[in-house]
Amino acid sequence: MRRLAYQGAALAAAVALAWFLIANASASLAERRIASGFGFLGREAGFEIGQSFFLHYGAADSYLRALAVGLSNTLMVSLIGIVVATGLGALIGLCRLSKNLLLKNLAASYVEFIRNVPLLVQLFFWYALITESLPGPREALQPLPGVFLSNRGVFFPTLTSVPALDGFNFTGGAALAPEFAALLVGLAVYTASFIAEIVRAGILAVDRTQVEAAQAIGLTRAQATRLVLLPLALRVIVPPLTSQYLNLTKNSSLAVAIGYPDLVSIANTTINQTGQAIEGIAVIMAVYLTISLSISALMNWYNARIALR
Amino acid sequence: MINRLLTVVLALLFLWMAYPFFEWAVLHAVWRPDPVACRAAKGACWGFIAEKHRLILFGTYPFEQHWRPATATAMLLGLWFLSGIRFFWKPWLAILWLLGLVLISVLMWGGVFGLPYVENERWGGLILTLLLTTFGLAFAFPLAILLALGRRSDLPAIRALCVGYIELVRGVPLISLLFMASVMLPLFLPAGVTVDKLLRAQLALILFAAAYLAEVVRGGLQGIPKGQYEMADALGLNFFQKTLFIILPQALRISVPALVNTFIGFFKDTSLVLIIGLFDLLSTIKVSLNDPAWAGSAVTAYLFAALVYFVFCFAMSLYSRRLERRTVISSF
Repeated sequence: MRRLAYQGAALAAAVALAWFLIANASASLAERRIASGFGFLGREAGFEIGQSFFLHYGAADSYLRALAVGLSNTLMVSLIGIVVATGLGALIGLCRLSKNLLLKNLAASYVEFIRNVPLLVQLFFWYALITESLPGPREALQPLPGVFLSNRGVFFPTLTSVPALDGFNFTGGAALAPEFAALLVGLAVYTASFIAEIVRAGILAVDRTQVEAAQAIGLTRAQATRLVLLPLALRVIVPPLTSQYLNLTKNSSLAVAIGYPDLVSIANTTINQTGQAIEGIAVIMAVYLTISLSISALMNWYNARIALR
Repeated sequence: MINRLLTVVLALLFLWMAYPFFEWAVLHAVWRPDPVACRAAKGACWGFIAEKHRLILFGTYPFEQHWRPATATAMLLGLWFLSGIRFFWKPWLAILWLLGLVLISVLMWGGVFGLPYVENERWGGLILTLLLTTFGLAFAFPLAILLALGRRSDLPAIRALCVGYIELVRGVPLISLLFMASVMLPLFLPAGVTVDKLLRAQLALILFAAAYLAEVVRGGLQGIPKGQYEMADALGLNFFQKTLFIILPQALRISVPALVNTFIGFFKDTSLVLIIGLFDLLSTIKVSLNDPAWAGSAVTAYLFAALVYFVFCFAMSLYSRRLERRTVISSF
């Protein structure tokens, strides 16, 4: 009886709070003459977007298409970021386990420094470094033939065309805007420091006797690592790694601060132009919840596949 | 042999990369607050920090009143420092905090004792970052304990509410919560009620931190052996006595290192209030870069920001590690 009363009270409080908020919201929307609903998505957006990877977009397109471009930009930077961060993180995690003292301490300093500085500071730093310290297009650095680094971004050749200096900037080839480059480097470097710790902990968690036993039955060092150490370590690594992937994706929303047109940044522009705050934020939240749940599901599936049977 | 070779190669590689940085940060750097020399130099522009340190530390707080946020900052740091010492973990520490926070509010707002009133729109810099962190954690923590207990409750409706809240908040980026607080919250309040921007951001930070802290507390609760619950039941304690006197003290004690790590994360996350236009430490640094005379100082300025945040976070993380070793020893 008391159990029912407690639960009833909690539910009633939640419903009352929701009702209070919704009543207030509809009153203030009516007062401000904002029509609620998603009808505005079909209207003309009227703003340009600096970078679009898959979809063709112009200012005459709809808000829906603008948000789709934002989503594809978010996914693009997150996906590449996850790949780079995993590689860099695994490498640094392994370095932290090296017998070489210098290597070990360098890796440890990296982790210690990067982890203790807010990502937003790091993004501003990388963005400033690219736009302020790199030379202009005319004196662009050329680390590899055909690849140009300048304060206008990174230009690299594709299968069909090669970037060439034309007036004040490069044309041809493929380009990464400074915003994208800063965001990608920032996210990857930051998340790698967390992944390094996860990889290190995962490998340390494997019982040493497992590897010794593998070598005792005649496996080479490489075989023992590939067939025994890694599968065992991965089972410890995958769950926390998943939450790092989710964090990276959520952190990509900091793009708005350096002007990379991700989903949050475009939704923000949309909210400012249309006043549809509730719908705009609902879109952001729905998209991120979907991404979170999908990555969780994917990694759970992978985790189940590599789990002990 | 290979190990030594690796050391030599690495050392050379490290020097080859570190020397240009040293050259930039020290040899070619300009230390005087002289914008012309800064633009001409090829190195860091530390003079920028010297020139703008007042703006960076105190934001737009009235210039002749800067001693007030400075004192408040020192007091707040002192309180945090005292709270880190196990000897002071006594009930009167809470009273000390309460007194300290009242005193800090009086200092910051003024309006009494002959201090001119300063509205909180003008607060900024380091003190704002510290206040957002302190009040965020102070209010989020009790909420987090309730959420964690709720999530482990055997009442399905309460559990569902808590799980729903925690997962919803943890599933979306902090920015979306801050946007929600800054553009959506005004719509949800009754007509005529307004909440200022600082309070709205603080509210979003509290709701955000509560969800993450709840998961840490839940971890602590899960670490309590079942026997403790059963023993409390056997003593005839009711739910509240059991939770308050037996379970929570132990659960919180074992989750302290994880809690400190969450505190560090939260301290870093307060920098996001820049995006909704509050003047925290990072934001004042960004604003001070708007001065066209000092164009080209951004790399130096953000490196400085990184160093300031690093000092705070690294101190906390060293502390958490020391605590972790202590907890491990004292629990046996």
